Amino acid sequence: MGLFDKLAFISQARQALEEMGIDPFNVEIQKILSPTEARIAGRKVLLAGTNNYLGLTFDPRCIEAACQATRSEGTGTTGSRTANGTFAGHRALERELAEFFGCAKAIVFSTGFVANLGVISTLTGPGDTLIIDGDSHASIYDGCRMGGADILRFRHNDTADLEKRLRRLGDRTKNTLVIVEGIYSMLGDRAPLAEIVSLKKQYGFWLMVDEAHSLGVLGQNGRGLAEECGCMDDVDFIIGTFSKSLGAIGGFCVSNHPELDLVRYASRSYLFTASPSPATIASVRRALQILAAGTDLRERLWANAHRLYEGLSELGYRLGPEPTPVVAVHMGSKEETLACWKELLESGIYVNLVWPPAAPKGESLLRCSVSAAHTEEQIERLLTAFAELAHRSAAPPSPDTHE
Amino acid sequence: MSQKDYAEIFEEVKAILRRFDKVPECIREEMEIVNDLGLDSLRVMELVQEVEDVYDISFTLNELAEIRTVRDFVLRIQKEIEA
Repeated sequence: MGLFDKLAFISQARQALEEMGIDPFNVEIQKILSPTEARIAGRKVLLAGTNNYLGLTFDPRCIEAACQATRSEGTGTTGSRTANGTFAGHRALERELAEFFGCAKAIVFSTGFVANLGVISTLTGPGDTLIIDGDSHASIYDGCRMGGADILRFRHNDTADLEKRLRRLGDRTKNTLVIVEGIYSMLGDRAPLAEIVSLKKQYGFWLMVDEAHSLGVLGQNGRGLAEECGCMDDVDFIIGTFSKSLGAIGGFCVSNHPELDLVRYASRSYLFTASPSPATIASVRRALQILAAGTDLRERLWANAHRLYEGLSELGYRLGPEPTPVVAVHMGSKEETLACWKELLESGIYVNLVWPPAAPKGESLLRCSVSAAHTEEQIERLLTAFAELAHRSAAPPSPDTHE
Repeated sequence: MSQKDYAEIFEEVKAILRRFDKVPECIREEMEIVNDLGLDSLRVMELVQEVEDVYDISFTLNELAEIRTVRDFVLRIQKEIEA
């Protein structure tokens, strides 16, 4: 047995994809043109699968901040936060994040994935219990495994199932961390946070919300689902990323527990990885100011989200449970979905192809995400492409026949 | 939950397994849930959830990795019920 033998099935699957002419899980963006357009396989393509919710990647203010920081502080920190990698900008961003969320403490990590790994695996250990939504992101699963606590899953967004598991734990709930997401990345639905907070008051567990896809998207000030539900004070830890609404890369955790600061000294994924570059920190600080300053971007984002969701629904497509900037289109088999994905790309539309098990319930998805930077005309182009797809592949999946 | 013996739980688990597509009619205790019964990772989680509901127990993800055969699963259920 060689080390690569276990990957042989991937090799076979990839060969089949390559024969198609493009690997949907390894698409090269030859040139990025704007938050919503790129050149892919020699063709100008409308991007509708980028998670660039506020379209800030090309904002001149963020670009200028990144350029200035690079000129004055260099291209990288060349070290971890613990060694030589804590610059004044890292501390400033932590202060600004804490202020934005109205929380006592904030820690910045190098990616959102690493934030989940570092915080979850440090807060929980043998003897503790984690209860996570079954549709949680891979970084949540991995963070849970790294800590060594007992891990329980509850059925996606099913608070009755969550309560059953809490009841079975008895007084172990005092050492239990429940983790949910503001907006789930694949189906685009929100966690039922108000109900979960009610359970928290009854059972006394700790609560973490990953706002990766909801920062800048939900809540009056864009803080996420906890703000939208009016339960900021009931959430113990908020995790987030800089790589979506804030248009860069990095992650963070904020909390009102002053002890969060101790995580810095114990989290291996904070201690042993290089800190975000000066350019990243500067552009994120600027993007956070833009996010905090107004609601216009969120209004445009939501207008686009509603238009796409309603338009696809009118075309007969079966979609995720509720309209949000993540619009999941339920398709057929893996092969059929792949063919549709390719057809869309050839017509100049890029969306995400999602196969099981990344797609829940064994169904394949064409996952769209909209941006505040999409124009009305671009949303209409998306809808036209999906209409042609439905027309060419006979009837799209009907809500009545694919449950 | 009243005490149940191994044979009783084995029969109940077989009945639950037969609800899944492609599971053979004849289920033996030494069969492996993934390799012999053909359940993929998503189906295994559905199976676990159904069993958890029936017996009002919770399995941790940590311990699921150690369950390979139908016998392992039945023994684990029995242990949890008796706990």
